[in-house]
Amino acid sequence: MAKFTTLTSHCVPLTADNVDTDQIIPARFLKVTEKHGLGDSLFSDWRYDEDGSPKRDFVLNQPESQGAQILIAGHNFGSGSSREHAPWALVSWGFRAIIATGFADIFKSNALKNGLLPVEVTPDVHKKLMQAVQLDRGTKITIDLPTQSVTGLGSLEATFPIDAFSKHCLLNGIDQLGYLLSFDDQITKYEQQRT
Amino acid sequence: MKPQTLFEKVWDTHVVVEEPDRPAVLYVDLHLIHEVTSPQAFTGLRERGIGVRRPDKTVATMDHSTPTLPKSLAVIDDQAKAQLRMLEQNCEEFGIELFGIGTKYNGIVHVIGPERGFTQPGKTIVCGDSHTSTHGAFGALAFGIGTSEVEHVLATQCLLQRKAKTLEVRVDGQLMPGVTAKDIILALCAEVGTGGATGHVIEYTGSAIRGLDMEGRMTVCNMSIEAGARAGMIAPDEVTFDYLKGRDRVPKGADWDAAVERWRALKTDEHAEYDKRVVIDASKLEPMITYGTNPGMGMGISGTVPNLDSFSEPSQQAAFEKAMFYMDVEPGKPLLGKKVDVVFIGSCTNSRIGDLRMAASVLSGRKVAAGVRTLVVPGSHDIKAQAESEGLDRIFKDAGAEWREPGCSMCIAMNGDNLEPGQYAVSTSNRNFEGRQGKGGRTFLASPLTAAASAVTGEVTDPRRLLLS
Ligand code: SF4
Repeated sequence: MAKFTTLTSHCVPLTADNVDTDQIIPARFLKVTEKHGLGDSLFSDWRYDEDGSPKRDFVLNQPESQGAQILIAGHNFGSGSSREHAPWALVSWGFRAIIATGFADIFKSNALKNGLLPVEVTPDVHKKLMQAVQLDRGTKITIDLPTQSVTGLGSLEATFPIDAFSKHCLLNGIDQLGYLLSFDDQITKYEQQRT
Repeated sequence: MKPQTLFEKVWDTHVVVEEPDRPAVLYVDLHLIHEVTSPQAFTGLRERGIGVRRPDKTVATMDHSTPTLPKSLAVIDDQAKAQLRMLEQNCEEFGIELFGIGTKYNGIVHVIGPERGFTQPGKTIVCGDSHTSTHGAFGALAFGIGTSEVEHVLATQCLLQRKAKTLEVRVDGQLMPGVTAKDIILALCAEVGTGGATGHVIEYTGSAIRGLDMEGRMTVCNMSIEAGARAGMIAPDEVTFDYLKGRDRVPKGADWDAAVERWRALKTDEHAEYDKRVVIDASKLEPMITYGTNPGMGMGISGTVPNLDSFSEPSQQAAFEKAMFYMDVEPGKPLLGKKVDVVFIGSCTNSRIGDLRMAASVLSGRKVAAGVRTLVVPGSHDIKAQAESEGLDRIFKDAGAEWREPGCSMCIAMNGDNLEPGQYAVSTSNRNFEGRQGKGGRTFLASPLTAAASAVTGEVTDPRRLLLS
């Protein structure tokens, strides 16, 4: 997994609440057997016309969005299906962090395993960030994982929560399965006790 | 000892290691897999050169992209075919039992787990599928995981987990005729919203829950995720034991008696505390229906769609307006009488024999309205056979509905069963997200009774109207 320390980037503002994983990546794209290359299908039904051409008014297609690594989304982002294809598609497009007032449980857990940082901020901070970014699409925001802070808008300095273990894994690019495998002896003992 | 909730009891007995500032290592008793969310996990294992730790605790099925047309096993496209073939190869290579397409016990993963008796009280059960919450109806701790976690479980039979908070959903009172388990859970979603139970495991309690059969309880637990909860649980009781007794994979003889003895202890202790509580009066519920694009956008069927000013937050208003635009329904107006194009009866929420019997009770001696396409898709081959032995297939066919092979079908529209752009469906599935049942399709979620009644009239219909006449 890619390490995450500090990220400074312009942002893509996506205003809707409850964006579900069926929107992030519709089910018809789940027939793949690989993780790569899903970026083109990200938000597919919002992004393309019937004939497959990009819809000009969808935010991801606007020139100002190109190269952005931060998505500012609404509340309860990533609800619905457990498909890890959602964070795969977001990462494949280029996102490294998502700012929202709340995330669905499974999505959050999946994102953290793919080096995609869910940044949960208060509604007040969210509003300020969203407004600033909508007003000036060039606005750059900095997300600093060691200090768990979001800065970039004048005096605004917000913090976000993350559990110590996920933080440690992201900072060091540690893959959780490696860690889990180190408990082999304890797992064996547990299995013996139970049977 | 401190009184414990059902969730805490199951959690505690499955913690392998717990260290401060680290998630717990939680043991998994049953790992269900299907074609869509497992291929990359097996690839990961191969890349690391490790195997499956407990193939004996892993069970596979094919359901999401399998065709449902009778006698045709033609899979929709090469990609789906490759995915199915890959599952076959993976199961073969790692020694995992597979209920493959066309075999006797094949079906939707959350239908066959309980049906075959793999699902049992007190187990921890996971699957790369958010509706794994279904299995909680048996007093198991069951939740959906992502593909990375599928790989974790294949490799170690364990998961790194943080303990969730608990939410009691207490449903007391008697359901009125025409009101079902589906209406209870749609009412909960409408009450707390689609993210209302995030971070929590729900335990459903109360006389109305006790009064449900196992199928109804599965319907309720199935949609816990639609309220944001990763898992929903119901303490096992005689209804649970009666359902399980004699099924293929449950203990037999003296082992069965011992198991039931153990299972009886799986209930929340008196004075145990939940972090949160929601109370629903079952006797006040009417059949429910959704009007919008998430399962929390629901209402009583005789009600009216809310207005913009029912919402205070600008972000909620934006979501509501977006939903109204997509659904093309009118704020402030009723849904009753709205024309429908398709009726779908199926999915892991409502495709069990009891659901089919409900639908048949409405369709018996009646015809599907002209121009309405009605699909009835049983959840498993076992259910299909049972329904046919009861003559339900005849009722459906005589009414003009299509009687299909088992699978997820139009719940997720990956197999060629889908809505056309702009079409309206009354569906017994669990998600009304934009495009969920086909690009541009519009979904009203409801119970099998409401779906069947709407098939007969060709418009959104209160089933009590037909049940009484
Ligand atoms: S029936 Fe629908 S919700 Fe259930 S497992 Fe299949 S696709 Fe998922």
